[in-house]
Amino acid sequence: MLKIENLSVSYGPRPVLHGVTLEVASGEVLALIGPNGAGKSTLIRAASGVIPVEAGRVRANGDDLLALPALQRARRVAVVPQAVTLPSAFTVWETILLGRTPYLNFLGQVSDGDEQIARAALARVDALDLAERRVGELSGGEQQRVLLARALAQSTPILLMDEPTAHLDLHYQVDFLETVRSLAHRDGLAVLLALHDLNLAARYADRLALLVGGKIQAAGSPRQVLTPEALSAAYHLPVAVVAHPLVDAPLVLAGE
Amino acid sequence: MNSRPYLLTLLFLALAAALSIAVGSVFIPPADLWRVLTGRPPEEVTQAAVIILTLRLPRTLLVLLTGAALGGSGAAYQGVFRNPLADPYLIGVASGAGLGAVLAMSLRWPYSPLGLLAIPAAAFVGALLTVFLVYLLARVGKVVPTTNLILAGVAVSAFASALTSFLMLRSSGELHRAVAWLLGGSAMAGWKPALTVLPYLAVGLGVLVLSGHALNLLQFGDEQAAQMGLAVTRAKTVILLAASLTTAAAVAFSGIIGFIGLIAPHVMRLWFGPDYRRLVPLAALGGAGALLVADVLARLVMRPQELPVGLVTAVAGAPFFLWVLRRAKNQGYW
Repeated sequence: MLKIENLSVSYGPRPVLHGVTLEVASGEVLALIGPNGAGKSTLIRAASGVIPVEAGRVRANGDDLLALPALQRARRVAVVPQAVTLPSAFTVWETILLGRTPYLNFLGQVSDGDEQIARAALARVDALDLAERRVGELSGGEQQRVLLARALAQSTPILLMDEPTAHLDLHYQVDFLETVRSLAHRDGLAVLLALHDLNLAARYADRLALLVGGKIQAAGSPRQVLTPEALSAAYHLPVAVVAHPLVDAPLVLAGE
Repeated sequence: MNSRPYLLTLLFLALAAALSIAVGSVFIPPADLWRVLTGRPPEEVTQAAVIILTLRLPRTLLVLLTGAALGGSGAAYQGVFRNPLADPYLIGVASGAGLGAVLAMSLRWPYSPLGLLAIPAAAFVGALLTVFLVYLLARVGKVVPTTNLILAGVAVSAFASALTSFLMLRSSGELHRAVAWLLGGSAMAGWKPALTVLPYLAVGLGVLVLSGHALNLLQFGDEQAAQMGLAVTRAKTVILLAASLTTAAAVAFSGIIGFIGLIAPHVMRLWFGPDYRRLVPLAALGGAGALLVADVLARLVMRPQELPVGLVTAVAGAPFFLWVLRRAKNQGYW
């Protein structure tokens, strides 16, 4: 279980997050939604311990995450970063094995057990056939799957993701988020993901948290959070919410 | 583990070393070379034995160690800065080491009780001060953007080089030797320089070779590296210190030799892939071989006069550098 308590972060003099409190239970997907600049990415980065926080705590199954050394943090929380340029000459297999770092000595020697876990992680995202390919040759969708597999190779109870579907086409978006949902529901991971697409969030998250101006404005089930009033106020647009014609989820439509 | 890259590189290094021992103003036939090296010189090869044991071997060892230092630290700098153009010279380390060494020579430290040890020590201090200064200049808050680092490095490097030139212009006789040294001539003969450099290199290169896994993680950027469990600041500090020690040791006795630190890691990466656990040792071995070949050329081209080896590496290295620049644009193997 991931517990974010009263987290505040500033970039220099500019405050970005004010006292954010959130809880993600094991087996649950919580999507962080909100307009650009609301602090979604900052919250993901702060929760993973890579930027300094001003106040507040992050707890992973009770442990004070931000007080732990990087190696210990990486055994508790894994991160799928926002689409990034990966070092293109590394193979997928080399990349996945780096996910085992928190369990390796400083020379990075892997055991058979580590290789098995890495192979299982690749299989979990249906990417075993990519193992020998170079990361630079992969499509955007394949790269995101590889990054997810690398995170899974860390064998953590908590998964953080920052806009993992930002550059994927419709098919890959649905595919990727199906996998994410089953990681929570079937494997019991606690998943916190930042997502700007409200309809994908409505469809794949168990709960939503609406972040506006660095504060949580609303949190709850998709139907509770995705109200025309809350969204109009957050995005400064007239918004209608209707029932999705194909799946059981609310559908958000923007006016002008 | 695939050992083919090591075998090939070691073979190249062995050939280059044999060439370096055999070739010079007096050519030593391979048979005599073998006899001397295996410790059974018959009467008629005594002259060869003297040449090999007092001149060629120590020189070959010094050149080999210098090349290994430049290749290994070059790979480390490229890895830490995630920049294909980074090398021991780019962030000013070599110029700082050069300034330290020239200062030590102009103060006649080699004649103090410390003797020859004073030069690498002064070079190391110069290198560290430079790294520290460059860091201070480049730092924005708590982070050090790579672009800033390189810009600050170029500026500090120019400053240190200017000071070095000033020291050499101002002084008379004693530093004529320094001029030749600075151009990368192995002006100092005998076993002492090579043996003095050895402990510095063993520590510096040793740490770099053990840092391969950390360098691999750093290729994904500081943030991802930290999220995968690397203590990023500590790892970078250790690697930069070790690389600076290694560079300083090389500069202290062999002067400023460009391009080896750039070329060796690139060729090894092209041939054997980007895994730094392999790349650092391979770049060290390859750099050693490359510098030996350059040194042989330096002895041969204008025989009997010797060229500074830095001149040879620059003539061969500059076109290569341009080629790397072109390759770097399409990011095929980086």
